[in-house]
Amino acid sequence: MTVILGQTFTGISIGAVLLLIALGLSLTFGQMNVINMAHGEFIMAGAYTTYVLQKSISSAGLSLLVALPVAFLVAGALGALLEWVLIRRLYLRPLDTLLVTWGVSLMLQQAARDIFGAPNVQTRAPDLLTGNITVIGGDDPLTFANSRLFILGLAITAVVALSLTLRLTPLGRRIRGVVQIRDLAEVSGISTSRVDRTAFFLGSGLAGVAGVALTLVGPIGPTMGTNIIIDAFLVIVVGGIGQLKGTVIVAFVLGVLQSVLEYSTTVSVAKVLVLVAIVAFLQWRPQGLYTLRTRSLV
Amino acid sequence: MTLLPLLKGRSARAWAGFAAAALALFAVAPLALSDFRLGLLAKYLCTAMVAVGICLAWGRGGLLTLGQGVFFGLGGYAMAMHLKIADAGPGNLPDFMQLYGTATELPWWWRPFENPLFALAATVLLPMAVAAILGSFIFRRRVKGAYFAILSQALAAAFAIWLIGQQATTGGTNGLTDIQGFFGYDLNDPVNQRMVYFIIAAALLLLIALARQLIHSRYGELLVAVRDSEERVRFLGYNPANVKLVAYVVAAGMAGLAGALFVPAVGIISPAMIGIVPSIEFVIGAAVGGRASLVGAVLGAVGVAWAKTALSEEFPAAWTYFQGLLFIVALAFLPGGLASLVGIVRRRRSSRATGGTAGDGTGEKTPALPLGEAA
Repeated sequence: MTVILGQTFTGISIGAVLLLIALGLSLTFGQMNVINMAHGEFIMAGAYTTYVLQKSISSAGLSLLVALPVAFLVAGALGALLEWVLIRRLYLRPLDTLLVTWGVSLMLQQAARDIFGAPNVQTRAPDLLTGNITVIGGDDPLTFANSRLFILGLAITAVVALSLTLRLTPLGRRIRGVVQIRDLAEVSGISTSRVDRTAFFLGSGLAGVAGVALTLVGPIGPTMGTNIIIDAFLVIVVGGIGQLKGTVIVAFVLGVLQSVLEYSTTVSVAKVLVLVAIVAFLQWRPQGLYTLRTRSLV
Repeated sequence: MTLLPLLKGRSARAWAGFAAAALALFAVAPLALSDFRLGLLAKYLCTAMVAVGICLAWGRGGLLTLGQGVFFGLGGYAMAMHLKIADAGPGNLPDFMQLYGTATELPWWWRPFENPLFALAATVLLPMAVAAILGSFIFRRRVKGAYFAILSQALAAAFAIWLIGQQATTGGTNGLTDIQGFFGYDLNDPVNQRMVYFIIAAALLLLIALARQLIHSRYGELLVAVRDSEERVRFLGYNPANVKLVAYVVAAGMAGLAGALFVPAVGIISPAMIGIVPSIEFVIGAAVGGRASLVGAVLGAVGVAWAKTALSEEFPAAWTYFQGLLFIVALAFLPGGLASLVGIVRRRRSSRATGGTAGDGTGEKTPALPLGEAA
């Protein structure tokens, strides 16, 4: 029993990491229709920001707290810059954004290698987050890692913040307007190019926050973004493009599925099985779990 | 009536180009290049074979497949498994299996590859079968655009991770290394290496001819039509899913053959050659040269592979920056690749000559690129 609960919790914590990464993507990919392969490198930028801040701030807890907003700004600025230089030329060619931003991601990885060195680096976690909480005691105890709980909390906070921003603020209304009918938004006096850039800033900034969270569970390295980004893209595809609700549900479902399959088979077989499950799922709902109802033929 | 001579002209030009390419590959290159350089060229030509498939699936069909590494790997592993068994000799296990000591006999799924004919057929048919199964699932449910690209990329990642995980039977991260023989020929002998080069060159020419035939057939027109407006093709009574499936399966078979011939040319196949990064690198060459043009894709693939060797040996860091930049410039500012420059220049010149908006005067219009492909 504890094994099942333990695996489920591990799955939920994998899901929380996925969710944090996919959140930013749901803005840039889901809303803007841009497949940003450099999103993984924005995560890396967030992680290295934490590393750099810890060099100057000795208290691990304080540096983590400072890192969250700073990483958001650093990654967000990178995203806005990328949008301004390249992506705004490519809004009508989503597939090309994938390849162009992959070129950007290559260069950013190499830049990280040149600045910080090729080997992975590590940050110290604050004392508060290094321990475990024992949920069930006795001979067969069930413990949750504090760092994982922190990430779960961070993911939930980010989801709430993003969804409130999109729902309640004027900026959110403008973003939704531009996403739904770009031309109408433009003639209504909304500067669509400014909204695009702001949405990109927010989405990329969330990647930076995800990067801070990742420093708690693994090493920081130039290629840390590459593999995890694919999983996050799958989350969006399965959840339904531009659907926050779908993203949240699917992130946790895939996390738990991965964790349970890993327990009963091996890590590599679990990866393959999850992919098979995704292709099977898309047979049932080709547009993802939640879709915007439209009259389009596709 | 006016079209006929133009068609003849196009076909004659194609034959001339084909003959020139054959001459360069079979006569000039072996004479001009050292054994080492010829071996490198053989490797580049394998990349070009994958690019032919990418030109068909992506350039013509609009299917951005970021998972060609999977099919390249399937072909490569099928070939390498047979060569490993043959190297070990009858009754013996391949060296790496003896090393890990976990297997006492060949795993069941290695057994069929003892048969050379089965292994040879599998190098092409296995990737085609996988592509057919996957593609029929994906295309029938109208999963397309970005969804398809991401799924194909996830497939490459999963396949590489799976291979690494099955260390005892696939060699894990190392892959299948140190392949000595090729159907009874010793690969350490430069003469036999040259034979492998000739086989690769012949295979590439064959694939180019096949792809050209497909592109200029009724099917080729249908493929471009599906890329540009899938709905209209559906309303005309065709099933776009089948049209796309054929392109995807053919491209997979080409990548499989490329992988199979890559093994004797290089002597190794490993997960590092088929994961996400190499899968995207296959696309780079085609993109830089021109995704919709066979000649462009092939020359682009060879050129980029050559640039990688030339630059990355001396300046590995600089190469990565250059590679990224190449991608950005080629796709953001020259979406048709270098091949489209020819058309642009030619159109400029002819419009200056006639003072109007005349075509390029060959009767072969440069096809529009799938720029507006919806996600």
